[in-house]
Amino acid sequence: MGCVLSLAAAVGAVAVVLALRLWLVLHSRVVVPRESVSLMAVAGSGGHTTELLRLLEHLSSAYSPRHYVIADTDDISARKIHAFELNRADRDPSNMAPGHHIHRIPRSREVQQSWLSTVLSTLHAAWLALPLTYRVKPDLVLCNGPGTCVPVCASALLLGVLGIKRVTIVYVESICRVEHLSLSGKILQHFCDHFVVQWPPLKKKYPKSVYLGRLV
Amino acid sequence: MKCVFVTVGTTSFDDLIACVLARDCLQTIKSLGYNRLVLQIGRGKVVPEPFSTESFTLDVYRYKDSLKEDLEKADLVISHAGAGSCLETLEKRKPLVVVINEKLMNNHQLELAKQLHKDGHLFYCTCSTLPGLLQSMDLSTLKCFPPGQPEKFSAFLDKVVGLQK
Repeated sequence: MGCVLSLAAAVGAVAVVLALRLWLVLHSRVVVPRESVSLMAVAGSGGHTTELLRLLEHLSSAYSPRHYVIADTDDISARKIHAFELNRADRDPSNMAPGHHIHRIPRSREVQQSWLSTVLSTLHAAWLALPLTYRVKPDLVLCNGPGTCVPVCASALLLGVLGIKRVTIVYVESICRVEHLSLSGKILQHFCDHFVVQWPPLKKKYPKSVYLGRLV
Repeated sequence: MKCVFVTVGTTSFDDLIACVLARDCLQTIKSLGYNRLVLQIGRGKVVPEPFSTESFTLDVYRYKDSLKEDLEKADLVISHAGAGSCLETLEKRKPLVVVINEKLMNNHQLELAKQLHKDGHLFYCTCSTLPGLLQSMDLSTLKCFPPGQPEKFSAFLDKVVGLQK
């Protein structure tokens, strides 16, 4: 009995410490001056990838290396990213900085998948995203709403909670969201450092969000 | 050569492909002076046979890495409500008709198409109302679409990550 109690106490203590750490991480936003930023961009699928690449179009070469995370079955996104990066290299041949990497993780949610199986496949994807974010240790995670971004952000947040690396998470809600947040947006608005929306009705509904106009 | 380009995006929209090729729609397209029709059908199960006669050409394909070329050649674009296709088309200043897929429940893409329609940048219909719309629409009433401003985002990002100028 005593053994069970002390185990429960230990588990409870760990949970409290982790919750405190999470609170601390979410409330510590220190901007460190730096010269380059290692970027992890979650591309997900279909239209999300196109939008993401538009967001990246104007980023300077200081955002390097660029790590892209895509859903494992998504060859179209992989090709789009390669084309985008080739184009970028052509525009700036002087840039010899390390280029880009594409990483694949399982899709956390297929369109029209049921809720329960979504939760299970998201957990599975988070499990696989963790070693990836741990290896890459990005300075910045950028995402715009594909299901894949939830497990990636969760694992990036965990790096902060565990004191390994404080990753800045920036979420840009997809341009197709005019009045309602996506499921990813609803979840991640609480866990990201900067939550950007692209239409005034959303800014009005979520006053803490950042509205910079239509970006893509 | 006047060309209509139909795009369904990365998934499929068989109803749209079937509807465009149905007699009334095709007749309207021809009567409006278009003599080329290009269909991007995605993973659809409706796969029309391409043909070319003296007066009319039909091209069909599933995917291309970039729709840029087809969009540029088009004089009218008929698209699913996907944000990517809508924005790319509007940016190329091409007249756009968005066809809503009523079979997709909770179709969030509708929000954008509706807003862009409200702002006067595109026409908006369902498969069943497409022939009527093609007949009655006046392309000159569409408003020009200002480009997005990704540079504002990069400026914001530079600031929040602490990049030195």
